[in-house]
Amino acid sequence: MSADASNAPLRTRSIGQPLARLDGRAKVTGAARYAWEHELADALYVYPVQAAIARGSVVSVDIEATRAVAGVVAVITHENAAKLQSDENKELWILQSAGIGFRGQFIGAVIAESLEIARHAADLVRVRYDEQLHDADFRSDRDDLYAPEKVNAGYPTDTAKGDAEAALRTAEVVVDQTYTTPMEHNNPMETHTTVAVWDDGHFTLYDSTQGAHSLRKTLAPLFGLDADAIRVIAPHIGGGFGSKGTAHAHDVLACLAAQAVPGRPVKLTLTRQQMFQLVGYRTPTIQRIRLGANRHGRLAAISHDVIEQTSRIKEFAEQTAVPTRIMYAAPNCRTTHRLVKLDVPVPSWMRAPGETPGMFALETAMDELAIACQLDPIELRVRNDAEKDPESGKPWSHRDLVGCLRKGARHFDWDRRNPAPRARLRDGWLVGTGVAAATYPRYRMPGSVAMIRYESDGRYVVRMGAVDIGTGTWTALTQIAADALDCPVGAIALDIGDTHFPNATVEGGSSGISSWGTAIVAAARAFRDKHGANPEVGSEASAASPDNPEEERFAMHSFGAHFAEVAVNAATGEVRVPRMLGVFSVGRIINPRTARSQFIGGMTMGLSMALHERSVMDARFGEVVTHDFAEYHIAAHADVEDIDAIWLDESDPHSNAMGSRGIGEIGIVGVAAAIGNAVWHATGIRVRDLPITPDNLLA
Amino acid sequence: MDALHIAINGVAHDLKGVDARTTLLDLLRDRLHLTGSKKGCDHGQCGACTVLVNGRRINACLSLALTHEGDAIITIEGLAQGDTLHPLQAAFIEHDGFQCGYCTPGQICSAIGMLDEVRRGQPSHVSGDGEHVELDDAEIREGMSGNLCRCGAYVNIVAAIRDVARQAPES
Ligand code: FES
Ligand code: FES
Repeated sequence: MSADASNAPLRTRSIGQPLARLDGRAKVTGAARYAWEHELADALYVYPVQAAIARGSVVSVDIEATRAVAGVVAVITHENAAKLQSDENKELWILQSAGIGFRGQFIGAVIAESLEIARHAADLVRVRYDEQLHDADFRSDRDDLYAPEKVNAGYPTDTAKGDAEAALRTAEVVVDQTYTTPMEHNNPMETHTTVAVWDDGHFTLYDSTQGAHSLRKTLAPLFGLDADAIRVIAPHIGGGFGSKGTAHAHDVLACLAAQAVPGRPVKLTLTRQQMFQLVGYRTPTIQRIRLGANRHGRLAAISHDVIEQTSRIKEFAEQTAVPTRIMYAAPNCRTTHRLVKLDVPVPSWMRAPGETPGMFALETAMDELAIACQLDPIELRVRNDAEKDPESGKPWSHRDLVGCLRKGARHFDWDRRNPAPRARLRDGWLVGTGVAAATYPRYRMPGSVAMIRYESDGRYVVRMGAVDIGTGTWTALTQIAADALDCPVGAIALDIGDTHFPNATVEGGSSGISSWGTAIVAAARAFRDKHGANPEVGSEASAASPDNPEEERFAMHSFGAHFAEVAVNAATGEVRVPRMLGVFSVGRIINPRTARSQFIGGMTMGLSMALHERSVMDARFGEVVTHDFAEYHIAAHADVEDIDAIWLDESDPHSNAMGSRGIGEIGIVGVAAAIGNAVWHATGIRVRDLPITPDNLLA
Repeated sequence: MDALHIAINGVAHDLKGVDARTTLLDLLRDRLHLTGSKKGCDHGQCGACTVLVNGRRINACLSLALTHEGDAIITIEGLAQGDTLHPLQAAFIEHDGFQCGYCTPGQICSAIGMLDEVRRGQPSHVSGDGEHVELDDAEIREGMSGNLCRCGAYVNIVAAIRDVARQAPES
C-alpha cells in the first residue's frame, strides 16, 4: 500500500465520542498496577548512596557498618559494580569511576531485605571525597556562554531572517525587555520507579516510563545486550510530563543492582527529594526580547536571545526561542540560544520544553507592544498573523490562531473590557483580564508498528508497545482501532505497555496519537486487505506507521489562545485566578472528554508555573534547596477555580488519517503570559520574572 | 512488641514481625500488597496515601504501622461493593476526575473523609463556624487541598465530589 493511501482520512464514528476512560475502573478501585506494584516473590529493596559534593571524586568508601546490618544483601559502588559498555551518555554512566559531576549523583546502592533496612544501611556508608571547586552560578554576564551545535528536537541554534537590528533602529515603536523563568521540576505524582530482575542474561523491568521500547533501546548498549534481552513492562504510569521520556540514572542503578543479585527482583523508587536531582528539569532562562513595529502595531522585527544552563556532564539545549520563529509575520527575525555548562544536575524535557518558557517571554512582550501601540492585544495578534510559515515559507497544514482568539473573546466577554490598567477594584481585590497565544508543533515519530489479530471471541486484539501516562492512550487508541476496523469499540481488545508487543515510539512531543494511531490505521487497512470483512479466527496483520510526504510540503503546528481573569489583593499582593479559558486549534479531537482533561491539566500546570513554581538553586552547594512539596509549590485544589477548555471544530487532512495534531502540551503554552498580562491589567505592574509572587505586587 | 492486629477493609490481620520503622503505607503496599494507596512524597505533603482510619482520613505515610493496634482501616480497595462502585468512584469516572490516576485513590478516600467532616459540623476555616455548613465549591477545594494532582484534574475532581454530595441523603 502506498504511503498516501495509508494516510487517507478515516471515516470517524467512535473517534469524536466522549468515551469514558477504559482504564477508569482499574484506577478508581486501586487495581491498576504502577511500576512498584506488580506482585513479585522474593523481592529486595534498593536504596541509593548519593554524592555529597558537587564536583570532585570519591577517595574511599567505607561500607563496613553497612554490611554489618542484618538484612543487607549487597552493596555496590564504582569498585564492584558491573561494567557498562558505553559511556556516550554520561548521565547514565554511573558507578563506573570515582568522578562526581553534580551533587546527588549516584555513587552506590544498598540492596536489602526491606526498604527500611536498605535506607538505614545506606545512611551508614562513609565516603571520603576529593572535593574540587564547583560552579553552579547561572548568570547572564558570564564570559563562558557558548552556542550549542543545535537545540532540542534538532532545531538550529540561531536563525536570522532579514536584518532585525536595522529594522529595530528605525521602528516607530520598540519593546526591549528581559524576561526570566526559573528552574522548574516536572514532579509527576508517581515517583520514578524501576523494578528489575536479572535472570539468565535477560532483564525484566517494571518501569515508570513514557517509552517502553525507547527505554530498552537506550539501556541495551549500556549493558552490552540486544534490545530483545530486555523486557519492559509498563501498563500504567503515574504521569511524566517529559521526565519519564528518557532513561535516567535510576534505571541504570536498578539494573546494576539486579546484576548483583541474579534471579531476585530489586525494587527502586526515588524519593520526592531525589527527583529534584536525578530525573531532569526545565532549565532556568534569561530571555531578551526586542519587538519593533510601526504605530499600527505591524511588526517589522522580532529578536529573541536566550541564555540557559546545561550540566557539565551532558548537554541539553532547550529550544526556547524556536516558537518565536513561526508565531508572527515579521520580515526581520533573529533568534539565538546560548548555554552555560555548570556542575548541576542534567536538565531535560518538561512539558513543552522550549515553547513554555519561550512563549511566556514572547507573549508578555506582545502585550507590552499592544499597550505601547494603544491597541487591543487581540487586534495586535490578528494584525500580525502569519499567512504562511514565516521561517520556511511553507503553507500551513492549518492555522487558525485568529479563530481561537475570536472565539475566546466571545466566550470571555472580551469586548466589554476596559483597557485601562488598575481600573477595577472589587472588595479589596484589583481585577484584570489578559490574553496570550499558544503554539505547539505537530510531531510524528517514525517506527511504530501495530499488530492486529482476530480472536475466537469475535474481538480484534490490537497490540503495540505504546504507553498511557495519563494521556488517555488506552481509550483513544481503542477508538482509533474501532474506526480503522469499522467496528464498535467493544470489539477491540487493546494491549499496550509491554515490549513484548510491537515497537512503539516514546510518548513525547505530543506525538503519541499521531505516531501510534497511524500505525494502527495502517495495520487495520492491511488486515482488511488481506482478510476481508469476515476474517477467520486467528487472522493477523501488522503494519508500521507510514511515511507522510505531506510533512515536507506543509508546516504543521497547533495554535491556541488563553484568557485569564485575575484578582490581586490590594493589601497583600496575593493573586487569585477566578477564571481561565483556553481555545485550541489542534486538528481533530479523538475523545472530547479526555482531551478536555489534557487541556485543563496543561492550563492548571501553567497557572502553577505562573504563580508558584521555582526550584531555588543554592549555588554555594550546587543543590536545589526547595526540593519537596512543602517548598516547591504546585497548584493545589484551592488555587484552581473555573478553568475550561474549548476547541475549534476541525480536522487536519495533511497531518494523519485521524486528522489530529497532538494535544498533550499546548495546554500549558502561553498560560503564564496570559496570567501575567492580566496581573498588569489588574495592577498596572508588569512582572517579567516568574513566578509572580506577592512581593512583586506590593506597590 | 512487633505484633499487630489490624482490620483492613473488614478483614482481620494478625501480623508478626512488623518493623517499628514501617509506616502504615508501606505495610499496606509492601507487606499486604494493597497497592491502591499510593506513595507520592512519603512526607505528608501530597495526600496520595490517604486512607480512612476508624472513619477519619489520614496520610498513611506519616503514621507508623505499629501505632494502629486494633484500628479499622479502609483503603481504596475496600470501597466498592462487589461490582458496584462507591458513588465517588463512579463520579470520578463520569467527570474524568483524573488522568494518570496516581493521586486518585487518595483523592477519593480524602473526599469521603472530608464529606464526613462537613456532615459532622467540622468544616474548614473557609466556611467558618455554624450549625449548618453549606458544602460549596470553596469548602470542597479547601478541604481537598491536601491532595495534590499534578495532572491538574482539580476542576473535574471538584465536580465529581459536588455531584455526589448533592445526591447523598442528609444523615
Ligand atoms: S505519600 Fe503520604 S502525603 Fe504524600
Ligand atoms: S491524576 Fe495524575 S496526579 Fe492526579
